[in-house]
This record gives sequence, C-alpha cells and structure tokens, in this order.
Amino acid sequence: MAFTAFSSQAVVEQAPRKRSFIALVLLLPGILYLVLFFLAPLISLVITSFQQPVLDGDVGEYTAGFQWQNYTDAMGEYWPLVLRAFGFAIIATVLALIISYPIAYFIGVKARRWPLLQSLLLTLVIAPFFISFLLRTLAWKQIMSDEGPIVQFLKTVAILPSDGHLTGTTFSVIFGLTYNFIPFMTLPLYATLERLDLRYIEAGADLYASPFTVFRKVTIPLSMPGIVSGTLLTFIPAAGDYINASRDFLGSSSTAMVGNAIEANFLVLQNYPIAAALSIVLMAVILIIVGIYVRRSGTEDLI
Amino acid sequence: MAIASFADKGADLELVGITKRFPGFTAIEELDLSIPAGSFFALLGPSGCGKTTTLRLVAGLEEPTAGQILIGGKDVTATKPFQRPVNTVFQSYALFPHMTILENVAFGLRRRKMSDPVAKAHEALALVELDHLAARRPAQLSGGQQQRVALARAIVNRPALLLLDEPLGALDLKLRRQMQLELKTIQTEVGLTFLHVTHDQEEAMTMADTVAVMNKGRIEQMGAPEELYELPRTAFVANFLGQSNLFSGSVTASTADAITVDVAGVPIIVPRTRAKRHAGEVAIGVRPEKVSLLTEAPQPVAGRNVLGPGRVTDVSFSGVSTQYLVEVPGVGELIVFAQNMVFGPVVHVGAEVWVSWNADHGFGLDDDASAVPRFPADASTESIAIQRRIALEEELEQA
Repeated sequence: MAFTAFSSQAVVEQAPRKRSFIALVLLLPGILYLVLFFLAPLISLVITSFQQPVLDGDVGEYTAGFQWQNYTDAMGEYWPLVLRAFGFAIIATVLALIISYPIAYFIGVKARRWPLLQSLLLTLVIAPFFISFLLRTLAWKQIMSDEGPIVQFLKTVAILPSDGHLTGTTFSVIFGLTYNFIPFMTLPLYATLERLDLRYIEAGADLYASPFTVFRKVTIPLSMPGIVSGTLLTFIPAAGDYINASRDFLGSSSTAMVGNAIEANFLVLQNYPIAAALSIVLMAVILIIVGIYVRRSGTEDLI
Repeated sequence: MAIASFADKGADLELVGITKRFPGFTAIEELDLSIPAGSFFALLGPSGCGKTTTLRLVAGLEEPTAGQILIGGKDVTATKPFQRPVNTVFQSYALFPHMTILENVAFGLRRRKMSDPVAKAHEALALVELDHLAARRPAQLSGGQQQRVALARAIVNRPALLLLDEPLGALDLKLRRQMQLELKTIQTEVGLTFLHVTHDQEEAMTMADTVAVMNKGRIEQMGAPEELYELPRTAFVANFLGQSNLFSGSVTASTADAITVDVAGVPIIVPRTRAKRHAGEVAIGVRPEKVSLLTEAPQPVAGRNVLGPGRVTDVSFSGVSTQYLVEVPGVGELIVFAQNMVFGPVVHVGAEVWVSWNADHGFGLDDDASAVPRFPADASTESIAIQRRIALEEELEQA
C-alpha cells in the first residue's frame, strides 16, 4: 500500500521464521511509541468525534455519546473547505512536481560528473530547512505585502489592478504551499534519478526514440518511485496544512482550508466533536486518495 | 521519423579519419575503416583499445572530435542516434525493466510507426526461441535469455547496420557457442551488416568474415581470420590473436625466396613473401602448433628450422593438446602445442628436447626488432597461470 511506495524495493524478502526474544525487545520502544502517541490519540479522537454537548453546560463541555450527526454537521458546514484543501493540495503538488523534476534531474543526472556541484546543489535544496517554516512563510507575507516591491511592480505594469492584493488570495496560498513543499518533492526525486541507469536512455535513443519520447517512455516510468514518494510527501501534509492558508500568514477567510476549520473548532470555538470529526474525515479521504493513487501508479512492478 | 520502412539489406559503413579525444587521452586516432554491406565484421582488441568507443561513435552515442561517418554512402556524422539506421545490442543488454519482453522488442517498431508491431515482435522473439516468455519482465529472465531478447529487440528493426558490443561476454561457454552459431545464422538469413566488438579472439575468428585488430586507438591489422592468424604483421597481432614464439636477430643471407636470420647463432629461414622486412635487425616468429618437439637431435634437413637442445620447463595437459614450455639457452622460452596422439604428454619436465618447424611456416614482422619484447605480456588466463607458476617456482628455489 502507501508505505511500499517509500521503499526502493517492492520485493519483500521472507524473514526467517524464528521467534526471537531480542527482536521483540528491540521493537518494544517503537511499539510503545506508536501505542502512546498514535493509537491512543487516534482512539481518543474517534471518541471525541461522537461526543455530545452537556445540557446547560459551559462552552466546550462535552460528554461521551454516539452523536454521528457531528459528521453530517461538520460536512454540511465545512464541505467547501474540505474541497478547497484537496484542490489546493493537488495544485500545489503538481506545481511542486513540475518545478522539482528539472532540479532533481539536473542534480541527479547531469551533475553526476561533478560530485562537488552535486553536493552543493543538494545543500541548497535543503538550505530552507535551516530557518523555521513559520518564519519563511512570514517572510513571504512581507515580500508579497501591498507595500512590497512585487505588488508595486505588478501594479505598475498593470497586471494587478490598483486595488489588488497578493496576500490573502488563492494565489498566495498555493504559492506558499508549493514553496514550502518543494524540498520534500525534490529529495525523493533526486534519490531515484541519481540511480537512473543512463544506458536505458541510450538504448531508447538507439531504438529511434527522440529525446522527448525517451523521457516519456523511459525516464518517467523509471523514476516513478521517486514521483510517487515525492507527491505523497507533498500532498498529504499540504492537504492538512493550516499555516499557509491562515489569516496570519498568506491566506484570508476566503482561502481557508479544512486545517483552518479544525484549528478554529479546537482552539477558538472549542467545538471539539466537530473538530475531531473533520480530522477523521480528512484522514479517511487522504487514505482513500493515496490508496487509489499508489495502486494506479503501478509502482509495485518497479524494482 | 527519419526512417519509414525497413532496410531491405545491409548498408556499408565507412569511417573517414575518425579521431575521438576525451579530456586527458585520445581514444581513437585517425581511424579509417570501410565495411562492405552484408559482411560480418569484428573489431578485436584488448579493453581500452578504443573498440567500444568506435562502436558508440557509429551508433551516435558519442560525437567524433574529427572525421566523418558514412552509412550506406550517407554522411551521418551530425545526426542524433535516433535518426540513424543503426541498432545496438548493448553489452549490458539495457532491456527496459518496466516493460514486458514483448514491449521491449516492439519499442523500436512503435517509435518508427511500423504496422503491426506486436506481430513483428512475436516473430523476432520466435527467431530467438523466446516467444513463450513474451509476457515476462526482463528481471525474470536468465542472462542468456536477456541477451537473446536484446538481440531480438535490435534485429526486429532490420537496421542497415547492427552493432554488437561484446554481447556474449556474460554468457557461459556452452551458451556462448550456441549464440555465436545463432548470430551467424541470423546474419546470413537476414543479410544485415554486422559490426561486432569483442576482446575474445576465438569469437572474432569463428564468426567474422573480416577481423580488424585494434590497439591503442589504431587498427593494427585487418583481414580474413586465417590470414590474420597465419601471417600476423605485428607482434601485437601475433600475440593477441593466439600465441606466438617470437625471435629477433639480424638478416645474414637473403635469397630470392627466403631470408636467413641469425637467432642466437642459429640460422633460421623465413620465406621472403612471408616477411615484411628483408634486411637489418628483424623480428620473426612461428605459431606454437607449427612447432614439433623432438627428443633426439635431428639431422639437418633443408627447409626445416631447428633450435636446441633445450629443457622442458612446463607441461600442461588440456585434453586435445598439451602445451610444453621449452627453455632454449640463448633464445629463451618457446611454447609448443602438441596434439595428444598418444595417452598423456610425451615428455616430462626436465627432459632434453629439440624444437623444429617447417621453414615455410615462419613469419617476419613489420615491427622494429628492438621494440618487440621477446614475449609480450599475454593476457590469456592460461599463460597468466603459467607465469604465476614460474614466478612461484623461482621464489621457492630462492627460499
């Protein structure tokens, strides 16, 4: 399933069938971690999503129950935000792929002859991580602000109307998402392309395929594992992202994504059941989309 | 596409003054080569001699620094690989791992928009007897099967010129023999021009009509296999193509049909027509299987050269024949191949022997005698093993 896309080898070696006490001990911290920090919160989240408000209680006071209407209420109110979240995430993923592929191809294939250049470029790809993701997004807000040079320039050349903005628009949110997730796309792509055997490209050219056909028929299929892991690493977090679309960063109320609704319900409205229901819907939709995607991309066949 | 239909027959290939320089070294120096249409041509040489670079230049995968490449009379020097009527069977096979065998074979046909690519691909697979594996992936096939698929993928396109880059290198001996026969059959049936690059002299000799021996970016000698073997022009050819006993000495007498060379005081006769140089210091040689081993001093006979007495230093039995190493004082070590007409070797290490050969079988080299090493390093496993053994024995003696 989704997880095999990240491993380079789809063929699973059969582990020796031997009960090993040591293996169990070594696995224990990991299992404990998963139970404590994944399974328990998940169960708690599911329970919360079915809670009902306490009659005559305070705001934010809920009691256990089975109020499945929380889901219909949440979807009834927030379905445009769910759609927008997936729409933005898909657009940002596609843009990140289009931008990252040439970068990764250049570093992984063309720069092979110069290992120093290769490492330097890789460092540049990772360099944004040296500064907090929040700070970088805030910096973009500054750059794209109404007084900033970009908006001024766009107004001067009349691309942007005189009362236009960049921040708070769909454009700036998608821009922010794309920008923030490019390294997550570039690195797995690089990892695959770096191992691309150029003899296949030569064989393609020898068999009458033009450079574009070779790219379409040979390079792309052979780099599919990188494309799949890169798009997953971008799409999944982008769909749940609430920083870029937040009013405090690049978004506005008209660009809110489902993440913003979850945040508002948990922290502002204290409507925990709705927030929990939205989270579970988000998770379920992502799982379904990713499952179909991985199955359709056919990466199981690629070794 | 550049090519709309199959080539109905092979095209001739002509290389004019091809030079290829890589940063730091010259791979090919002023190479002129002409391969007639429909022939099976082998480029033979040790690794690093420039033979694979030559092949890649013809395929268009490298660009020559200078010179011209003509296929069927048309200058293709400036065209890209996909525009050339050439297909290559790569050393690594380079079968696309993400496609089935059938799609691999049909790839070239589809690119050229040939009608009915699937049927043609099946036909080509049937030719290499692998049609039953059409639905598999390359990774599910053995090395020999992959090699045959690579061959099918190339010949299905009926290229005017088929390039083979050591395609049999990864196969075991038996499979290699079988594939050599198959390749030869296909070449005759289809009538394509084959350019085969190999370092295996036996492969080149059994398969090719014409063999060119390459060394350090140049062609040392070119001709039919028998001609190359029986009359090598240089020490490199004499040693790369089989083994040779080489001597050097000065010409002491010269008649209309023979020259006499003084080798460590013994007159050795070489036919004039088989010698490239007729005066001064010359290098001459004779093939080991032409030499016979004698246990008694022979009576001098006209037309036979005799060296000896010497001592047998090594005997290695290889079934059909036995290889003897004979140390002749003042001359050095000679190799003698003798067919096993009786059971086992006829003489043993330490025996005193004479060697003799028909004067007509000698040859004279074109090299400068001083430049010819007595026994240039031979890369065959057999002789490496022998040399190791000699070195080891010396070491033991000293200890």
